Amino acid sequence: MAVQMQCKNASLGYEGAIVAEKLDFTISKGDYLCILGENGSGKSTLIKAILGLKPQISGEIAWCGDVRKNEVGYLPQQTVVQKDFPASVREIVRSGCLAKCGFRPFYNKQEKELAENTMKQLEIDALAKRCYRELSGGQQQRVLLARALCATRKMLLLDEPVTGLDPKAQIELYELIAKLNREGITIIMVSHDVAAAVKYASHILHIGSHRQLFFGKTSDYVQSRTGKMFLETEAADND
Amino acid sequence: MIENIGKLQQYFEYPFVRYAFAVGILIALCSSLLGVTLVLKRFSFIGDGLSHVAFGAMSLAATLPVIVKETVITFSRSNALSPQMENLVNHLAQMNNMILVLPVTLLCAILLLRTGQNTKIKGDAAVAMISVGALAIGYLLMNRYPSGSNISGDVCSTLFGSTSILTLKPADVRMCVYMSVVVILTYILFYNKIFSVTFDENFMRATGVKAGAYNLLVAVITAVIIVLAMNLVGSLLISALIIFPALAAMRLFKSFRGVIICSAVISVICAAFGIISSVLFSTPVGSTIVVSDLAVFLLFSLISGVAGKRKA
Repeated sequence: MAVQMQCKNASLGYEGAIVAEKLDFTISKGDYLCILGENGSGKSTLIKAILGLKPQISGEIAWCGDVRKNEVGYLPQQTVVQKDFPASVREIVRSGCLAKCGFRPFYNKQEKELAENTMKQLEIDALAKRCYRELSGGQQQRVLLARALCATRKMLLLDEPVTGLDPKAQIELYELIAKLNREGITIIMVSHDVAAAVKYASHILHIGSHRQLFFGKTSDYVQSRTGKMFLETEAADND
Repeated sequence: MIENIGKLQQYFEYPFVRYAFAVGILIALCSSLLGVTLVLKRFSFIGDGLSHVAFGAMSLAATLPVIVKETVITFSRSNALSPQMENLVNHLAQMNNMILVLPVTLLCAILLLRTGQNTKIKGDAAVAMISVGALAIGYLLMNRYPSGSNISGDVCSTLFGSTSILTLKPADVRMCVYMSVVVILTYILFYNKIFSVTFDENFMRATGVKAGAYNLLVAVITAVIIVLAMNLVGSLLISALIIFPALAAMRLFKSFRGVIICSAVISVICAAFGIISSVLFSTPVGSTIVVSDLAVFLLFSLISGVAGKRKA
């Protein structure tokens, strides 16, 4: 498979303080990579580095093949501002096309069509005129997913997408993401949920405090020491 | 009623009333457009903070001739000014206050809106600090170097707007019209970008759009509006002009465009109503406008409350 991104010996951090170092992993087209790690292990810093919001301290993050920097669709964690934002679903989905506009002030016909088609694809076209703040958590995530898909169809980065959703909505969202992945979109998902990661992802990147604990295929992760330990503690937590 | 209409017609014969009306409506329109973004970005108090900065700058501009004069006299140890100095002081006194007020306010707006990112003093604290600091400096200057005989009157009219809107010169009106047109055009042209920067800055950055530049744009427009609005409602009441129409519109409307249009309509109607009733009943212009904005907000809250209950 064609390699889309390579992270070589990258160190990440803020103003000299290193949060995570020696990160080495590769993402190829069609992969479903799940990034696991405890709080404070540098997951969100890694997200910022992948998105190009915060450059790495050392090492290299290289884009190859058909994906360039800033061509990653992003599903951020919801902010307080967004929870009661007065905007219609259509307005939010369309805003995903903004990067395509450049200095053109308004959306053109193709961009509007793209927004409509994406809403149909994610089955939220019936909600187009509804107000974002009145939707359920699962519906809100679908809207943001549609916006991300308007920005790019190559690679999606999801930041703990199921947080705050009820179990049914969580499963629905996971299935939707898996479906998008089957259609050829590369998925990078940051998550706490090991069980779901093992179930859906093709690759796992596990970061511990300050260093990389595991990167490889999910089947290998389940057999590895790190994976076994993590899965067992999770299972014990759930009992 | 008929008597009132006759009275209005008579007042509208005067150019200064027509100027005040035009300027008032333009300012109300501009401030309500930006208000939605500022309220949603949790920057409601930026209007207040910046207007205090503008107050400080305006006091500085007003007292500058006196300050220069006194300083020169103290240092030269003579009781009269040299002719060149006299000339400079006169020049300063005739200078348009805007030349000083606008750049100072712009600078503070940029500083404040940038504090969202990693700074030692967080957003709300920075706004509070700059706002009270500027207020104190402004009052101190006005008190120490009085430019007129009626200090409390001067301070009061800068804070609450009072009559300055009725004493606008054609040049002021022209400047206000140009600036409002620029603000409105900028808003329309960058509407989609402003929506996006309000809703989700990080997403915008991640897809390679320069969110910082648009934040800066919002800061600049805000500062311009506040400096313009100082004339209308004074620095204490500007926040009301910015937040009330937006809050009222957000009660009822469900799309961003709906909220913007509704808030602009509310703001213009309230400004027109406020100016007309202040002419008829000789109430202060600024507070009349703000009170009518408040009334609309309460009315809309009531409607949305009733509608919500019916749905439930």
